[in-house]
Amino acid sequence: MSLTQDRPELTAADLQTSRSRRARSHTVRWLFMGAAAVTVLVSALIIWTVASEAWTYISQVELDKLTDIGWFPRRGLFDLSTLLVNTLQISVIAMLVAVPSGFGAAIYLSEYAHPRVRKVMKPTLELLASVPSVVLGVFAISFITPSILTNFFDDINYFNKLAAGIAVGLLVIPLIASIAEDSLRAVPLALREASAGLGARKVTTSIRVVLPAALSGLMAATIVGFSRAIGETMVVTIASGGGDTSLFNLSILESGGTLTSAMAALGLGTDQVAGNNLAFQSLYFLGALLFAITLVLNMLGDVIVRRLRNRY
Amino acid sequence: MSQEPEASASDVTVPDALAPKDQSRARIDVSAVAAMAPQRVETSTVFECADVDVYYTDFRALRDVTLDVNSHEVTALIGPSGCGKTTFLRCFNRMNDLIEGARVEGTINYHGVDLYQDEVDPVEVRRRVGMVFQKPNPFPKSIYDNVAYGPRLAGVKRSEIDDVVEGSLTRAALWDEVKDRLKMSAYGLSGGQQQRLCIARAIAVQPDVVLMDEPCSALDPIATGRIEELIAELKTDYTIIIVTHNMQQAARISDMTAFFSVQANEMGQRTGELVEYAPTSLIFTNPDDPRTEAYITGRVG
Ligand SMILES: Nc1ncnc2c1ncn2[C@@H]1O[C@H](COP(=O)(O)OP(=O)(O)OP(=O)(O)O)[C@@H](O)[C@H]1O
Ligand SMILES: [Mg+2]
Repeated sequence: MSLTQDRPELTAADLQTSRSRRARSHTVRWLFMGAAAVTVLVSALIIWTVASEAWTYISQVELDKLTDIGWFPRRGLFDLSTLLVNTLQISVIAMLVAVPSGFGAAIYLSEYAHPRVRKVMKPTLELLASVPSVVLGVFAISFITPSILTNFFDDINYFNKLAAGIAVGLLVIPLIASIAEDSLRAVPLALREASAGLGARKVTTSIRVVLPAALSGLMAATIVGFSRAIGETMVVTIASGGGDTSLFNLSILESGGTLTSAMAALGLGTDQVAGNNLAFQSLYFLGALLFAITLVLNMLGDVIVRRLRNRY
Repeated sequence: MSQEPEASASDVTVPDALAPKDQSRARIDVSAVAAMAPQRVETSTVFECADVDVYYTDFRALRDVTLDVNSHEVTALIGPSGCGKTTFLRCFNRMNDLIEGARVEGTINYHGVDLYQDEVDPVEVRRRVGMVFQKPNPFPKSIYDNVAYGPRLAGVKRSEIDDVVEGSLTRAALWDEVKDRLKMSAYGLSGGQQQRLCIARAIAVQPDVVLMDEPCSALDPIATGRIEELIAELKTDYTIIIVTHNMQQAARISDMTAFFSVQANEMGQRTGELVEYAPTSLIFTNPDDPRTEAYITGRVG
């Protein structure tokens, strides 16, 4: 009782902050807001530049040049389907390599590996993700094609889409494995126990319970991997060739430029670009196209994930 | 509740021929109990546990548990938190195998077969000894697929699964509530419904024994009441071992009760042990051990 009586009376000033402190917290707030604004502004600027240049291109190019025999920007032949088909072929090959092995690695790490093994393997896997892509590009032309693929295909081009796809796949494995592993690990132990308690073997539990429960995460892993594969530039530029000029070709044993490698080739040789004014603008157009594809892919992934989640 | 006359623990009968040899260690006076028993379905022994120790790596969680579990009865495991009830329950279907470093010593015979010998496949054990967990853990699948999961694993024909699902859900007193939404997610059910779904899922594989780890701890009194009724019902077909923190529940539903306690040793390790195992009516009216009495009166009071 006496304690409370001795306490000095509370005045309004006790609860108020000083003017200078309030001013300081305002400054801090503005600083952070400025940082956020800069990133938004830069992104907007990039999109604006790309979009406007792409528009210049599309409004000036003769539309029948967009569907021709191939991609020869200096000669004014801008067959987009050549680049799109090559991009798609290489990305699909990459996913055929990366999804099974990435998911396999993820299942092993999350369901089978001893904790001690996982402790070493997970960081190793993530380290693998940081291998520079130029290394994989060189790996493709110095090993994948000459030492492996030539054994199976006699008439394979030294630069070919298959090797490029495999190398891009190798590049994407750690990314997919890492995201997939996180989503598998997030599946509650209780579900595994429920399945085991019903007499399911470990494989069965992994396939019938853990994988479906982690579906949205696995979808996310696949989409992120696919976007990464489509956007990969260096491996493709080195291993598949055809960035500067390429003839429309469906064979994966032939060389062929992709959206990204065509952009790289255009961006490299300014003198080449100078030969045809539109070639430079076509670079922006490709950029816009790439951007649109990845955007659509991500939105599609979002929708799929949401739909799956709603179902259960 | 069930139709039969109050199935109190006093009508436990262990025919002499089937009576386990070492009953004294479990503190049951078999002949005395048998003498009181009216004519009833024969009970036989499903599990014989002798000197069971469970270790988590170096930590001994449970020591020297010796008891027998009778068929078509409800056996309750009670005791303070951390005394090893869950640990012990998970020995019966080798669920502890899933825990890194867990080790079971001593013997547990299941219908005379040593569960922990090398030749035994834990998966086969779990098909016969089902489990219902403390927290409802339905799969993120439809209600139908949850119940059908076990039968599909066991290779039940497609054409028969519909019947199995309906039968199990009916048995678990859930059919009427879900029959119009079998294809909907199990996650849309209430906690009590989910737990009954888990019971339906467990009995869909027609196990011999159902282990239940505090199946009502997450439920309100009404849902609890339904599950208790269900347990009394299921007893006619299954042997049930149930962990519960609720003394009244143990008294209401079980035939036999095992009271576990936990004691810290010199090194501060808290090892659980079986204090007393007897017909439920005896445990609750006339416990042998002062620790049992203290625990029961402390809780019931
Ligand atoms: N996976 C595990 N790893 C290590 N120790 C464990 C593990 N599970 C349980 N224990 C320990 O074993 C002892 C018994 O635990 P158990 O879960 O069996 O107790 P319980 O009687 O079921 O308690 P509660 O009533 O709180 O559920 C405890 O000391 C606990 O810390
Ligand atoms: Mg427990």
